[in-house]
Amino acid sequence: MAYDNAEQLEAFRAETRKWLEENCPPSMRTPMQDDEIVWGGRNATYKNPESKIWLDRMGDKGWTAPHWPKEYGGGGLNREEVRVLEQEMRRIKARPPLFSFGLWMFGPALLEFGNHEQKLRFIPDIVKGKIRWCQGYSEPGAGSDLAGLQTRCEDKGDHYLINGQKVWTSYADKADWIFCLVRTDTSTKHEGISFILFDMKSPGVEARPIQLISGESPFCETFFTDVKVPKDQLVGKVNGGWEIAKRLLQFERSSISAGGFGGTGGSGILGPEDYAKQHIGTDESGRIADGDLRGRITDHKMFAKAFALTVQRQTEQAKAGQAVGHTASILKYAAAKMNQDRHELLIEALGTEGLGWEGEGFDKNAKKVTRQWLRSKGNSIEGGTSEINLNVIAKRVLGLKDHQ
Amino acid sequence: MSFILTEDQEMLRETAMAFARDEMPVSHLRNLRDSGANGNDPATRKKLAELGFFGVIIPDEPGGETFGLTGLGQILEAQGRTLAATPLLQTALIAASALQLGGTPAQKAEWLAKIAAGEATFALALDETAHFSPHNISTEAERDGQGFTLNGLKKYVPDGHYADMFIVVARTFGEAGDRHGISLFLVPRGAKGVTVEPLKTVDSHGAAHVNFDGVHVPESALLGPADEGADILDPVLDRAAIGMAAEMLGSAQAAFDMTLEYLNSRKQFGQLIGSFQALQHRAAKMFTELEMTRSCVAAALDAADAGKTDLAELASLAKAKAGELVHMVSNDCVQMHGGIGMTDAAEPGFYMKRARVQEALYGSASWHRDRYAKLNGF
Repeated sequence: MAYDNAEQLEAFRAETRKWLEENCPPSMRTPMQDDEIVWGGRNATYKNPESKIWLDRMGDKGWTAPHWPKEYGGGGLNREEVRVLEQEMRRIKARPPLFSFGLWMFGPALLEFGNHEQKLRFIPDIVKGKIRWCQGYSEPGAGSDLAGLQTRCEDKGDHYLINGQKVWTSYADKADWIFCLVRTDTSTKHEGISFILFDMKSPGVEARPIQLISGESPFCETFFTDVKVPKDQLVGKVNGGWEIAKRLLQFERSSISAGGFGGTGGSGILGPEDYAKQHIGTDESGRIADGDLRGRITDHKMFAKAFALTVQRQTEQAKAGQAVGHTASILKYAAAKMNQDRHELLIEALGTEGLGWEGEGFDKNAKKVTRQWLRSKGNSIEGGTSEINLNVIAKRVLGLKDHQ
Repeated sequence: MSFILTEDQEMLRETAMAFARDEMPVSHLRNLRDSGANGNDPATRKKLAELGFFGVIIPDEPGGETFGLTGLGQILEAQGRTLAATPLLQTALIAASALQLGGTPAQKAEWLAKIAAGEATFALALDETAHFSPHNISTEAERDGQGFTLNGLKKYVPDGHYADMFIVVARTFGEAGDRHGISLFLVPRGAKGVTVEPLKTVDSHGAAHVNFDGVHVPESALLGPADEGADILDPVLDRAAIGMAAEMLGSAQAAFDMTLEYLNSRKQFGQLIGSFQALQHRAAKMFTELEMTRSCVAAALDAADAGKTDLAELASLAKAKAGELVHMVSNDCVQMHGGIGMTDAAEPGFYMKRARVQEALYGSASWHRDRYAKLNGF
């Protein structure tokens, strides 16, 4: 639907507002705790039953993926309508109905590189949150050098056979399906990689959670032993997976930087300046009494504001059809620094109150900050390390040359 | 918030960039320095006036359209690229803003047209110490029956060595440091008792100490309300900080571009030095900071044009970020050029010298960080 005047767009706004009023349950208009996030999938659990109602209603309308084509279950909205929908959701403080690697990374890549049958088969279930996807990228020997991956995929005539190991597979123990990079040619590096999809229930797939420094286990080691995969589940061309892999990384990096590293911003309620005022105090003019810490908090707040303005600027420029270049890597690098600085300052401002691990004797939110501080250390590693991001900026954006 | 230039602003930007490149390159500043002109450049001023650059925020008729501060920001960014010494910040931005915000109809009628035509240059006589501290004013303006008598010394007044008019920040009440009791005055350079001591400055732009010794001005010289001049001064200084930030962005961009070019041409160990990862990462970090500062400057310019309430906060953000940026980039520009960067024949030194002046005027990064924190309640 194309709008030739603002009146029609306003009519869409009125309809949307009415629909949201009628369909967004009251508890879905309150701030969301981390344990209330809905990831969907075959084994989804809902702490609050209204989360399921909200997901189903939004999913049926295709509004979990409002700009994806209707043909594949998306909302089919144009850019202006998507903006209106976002504005109207913000207006009533509606929660995002679904968190999903399918929505953020795999879906956009499949829409670009998949064939019609694959899109028909996989996209609608992403939109409705029925299938939860995980990402089979990193391997023990292939982190920053992702294209060095070794997981073998052999053509056995009527099927593919997969053997190998992935690591840092987010939520592999909870996911239903995996999109996976595999080696289909060992004689070459980048040109020997394919992009393949399979069910995590397939015989030979095993996911073992890894306990992290934060005490949590969002990542797994994932093992594949003689996993049989039907041939129609390979996306694009055999040995043509690297292009898809890179494109998907762009989607991943922009979703990481746009979302400020996932989660609901549970620790975003209080900033380091609030904790500093609370635990250190202020002088007679209202300044945080520790002048050095105050200065560093200010630096961070300014960086965060500059970051937000940059996201906004690039969004506007993209909408106006201007080239925004390789901004994903700049934002990813900046977002990692920002989130890590923020958490270091939170911990510092909390003092010993920020050094609790579990049990009584510490503020509940402070303990959460402690865990999130540890979690934030991954920000400059996941989705391309900050060092790799700086390489990308230097070479692709600034045109600096490789060593000869 | 709008980060997109209008078509007119885009054209203005292109004109300004071309003019800076062709008519005011760094070599031009070098010539001004070597000839002893000390940044005083009437010939270029005439060309700027012909281009209409002095009247960018002044409407042809009251209430009419202008290019806005965003438009003027594009010109200041362009002149920042080549370190051009022009009176645009002092005259086209500061004086025009002060007159628009606080001028009487008679003052506006007299001066705005002259500014737009490039027929009068102004200088804001503000600082009395070596550090920006806008309410720390001791210069006295005493009522004398037919107006006021001014006494006091103003230090490092940019463009003060050639400006036709001064906007003098003086005290009509209270003590140094009080916001209340500040008043602004329009004082001609030729007024009896005004002494101008030209200064040779590190950036070759020049400046002046200006002494006011029993200078009598009539009632009509008062710009804005008596005692509450800070109500005009503060928003003018926010605009000045934003304009300077735009200039600094241009300087940082040019110094960065120059550095990048050098990294891509200088060879050591048989390699382009730009292929060494230690330098690549520094360049990538500089680029990230450049992009982020660009967003801050654009947002601050837009806030001034749209009359946003967070103007002060965005002004401090833009000036502090631009200050940190131009400091880092100008230092790395010298460092990455190696020995060449230490020579007067090369341009990196010019950028570093001008950067320190840009950083100090209208509030250092540290001054603006402190204010940003205060505005955010901590």
